[in-house]
Amino acid sequence: MLSTAAGTASQDAMSIWEYANPKKFMQTSAWALPWVTGLAVVTLVTGLVWGFFFTPDDYRQGATVKIIYIHVPSAMMAINAWAMMLVTSMIWLVRRHHVSVLAAKAAAPIGVTMTLIALFTGAIWGQPMWGTWWAWDPRLTSFLILFLFYLGYIALWEAVEDPDTAADLTSVLCLVGSVFALLSRYAVLFWNQGLHQGASLSLDAEEHVADTYAWPLWVSMAGFVLLFVTLVLIRTRTEIRARRLRALEARERMA
Amino acid sequence: MLALLLRDLRLATRAGGGFGLSLAFFLIVTVLVPFGVGPEGGTLSRIAPGILWVGALLACLLSLDRIFALDREDGSLDLLATAPIPLEGVVAVKALAHWLTTGLPLTLAAPVLGVLLHLPGPGFAWLTLSLAAGTPALSIIGTFGAALTVGLKRGGLLLSLLVLPLYIPTLIFGAEAARRGGEGLATFTPLLMQGGITLGALAILPFAAAAAIRVNLR
Repeated sequence: MLSTAAGTASQDAMSIWEYANPKKFMQTSAWALPWVTGLAVVTLVTGLVWGFFFTPDDYRQGATVKIIYIHVPSAMMAINAWAMMLVTSMIWLVRRHHVSVLAAKAAAPIGVTMTLIALFTGAIWGQPMWGTWWAWDPRLTSFLILFLFYLGYIALWEAVEDPDTAADLTSVLCLVGSVFALLSRYAVLFWNQGLHQGASLSLDAEEHVADTYAWPLWVSMAGFVLLFVTLVLIRTRTEIRARRLRALEARERMA
Repeated sequence: MLALLLRDLRLATRAGGGFGLSLAFFLIVTVLVPFGVGPEGGTLSRIAPGILWVGALLACLLSLDRIFALDREDGSLDLLATAPIPLEGVVAVKALAHWLTTGLPLTLAAPVLGVLLHLPGPGFAWLTLSLAAGTPALSIIGTFGAALTVGLKRGGLLLSLLVLPLYIPTLIFGAEAARRGGEGLATFTPLLMQGGITLGALAILPFAAAAAIRVNLR
């Protein structure tokens, strides 16, 4: 099974599985990293400066509306980071590519940071707008739950000593966790409608935001995506180097 | 499989098995709540279904780490893994044994403790029913968590961190069904959702748990 997969990969020169080879990945990422980093800096600076200084104050929300340029992109990346971890975990479980699972490991702390940023900026935004730092609104609650799932995933990585065992266990957890995170999302919707009135508080960005605000928002969203890619690349490279170092140390002890 | 079930039940009910421990914990949690929120009947009866559900969930959590840990220690888990019955079946039987020794007693004890919390009259039946439908899910999800952490020296705290987020949907639907039942509203939807979660967990998680055990025994 494995040998046939490797066979087709070697026949097809442009196969993406080539990047699963750590050496190839290191080469390509070393080449791509400066470009991605540069693009991330440019789009982030453009999006945020444009958003913060060159958009008018909202007639109802005043200047507080501008927190949207951090809040929405970070929330988006918090979910996308988990989705990426799900995909890379599955690739690891199916094809046993180490780079894949290391990328998932690398993405988790970034995802949890994005979740925290989304929660905190949401609280800061909610205080003047809704008059409260926190409401058990379905969206807010789902993000809190997502945060808990990230914590469990990271904690399991930390707890297991053998790297391959840890990779397998965290991947299984990621798969099962995704199912239950999705379930929780809909359970929370049900629960809130059951306890309170509908989610009148939540502000759906895409539908309500005017063009003046939307364009810088798109740019900063692109900036956050690039920032995420940059950080994942850096962290994955670090993980690969750390593993090589461990292998070298082990070899030295054997010799 | 029946032999394994009987063995697990016997181990759990004999001395040192901690059979009554989760029940006692459930009782203590229920007793502590009025000290925390005050003895006023109206408040207590309003939060009773939720408190009983959370209490049952935490009591269930307490006994999870012994599902596989003791078997791992004395080596019988390796024997079970190499036994002719599939490991998935072993996991399912283990979860069933855990439910029979934890979930079922908790379900039966909940109405009694409901009296302490002034649970509204119609709520008793619905609370019992929702717990009966939901505690199997708690057991099987917990078995998955125990399978993930079986190789760890001090997995107990980690186990709670991993399992509690997975308990959220079950808790939401269960407590919602019990609450609605107590207020005389329709309970059909949450109960149905809860049954769906239980059956779905029963269908998927034995495979995930067996995979985790195989990794841990490698």
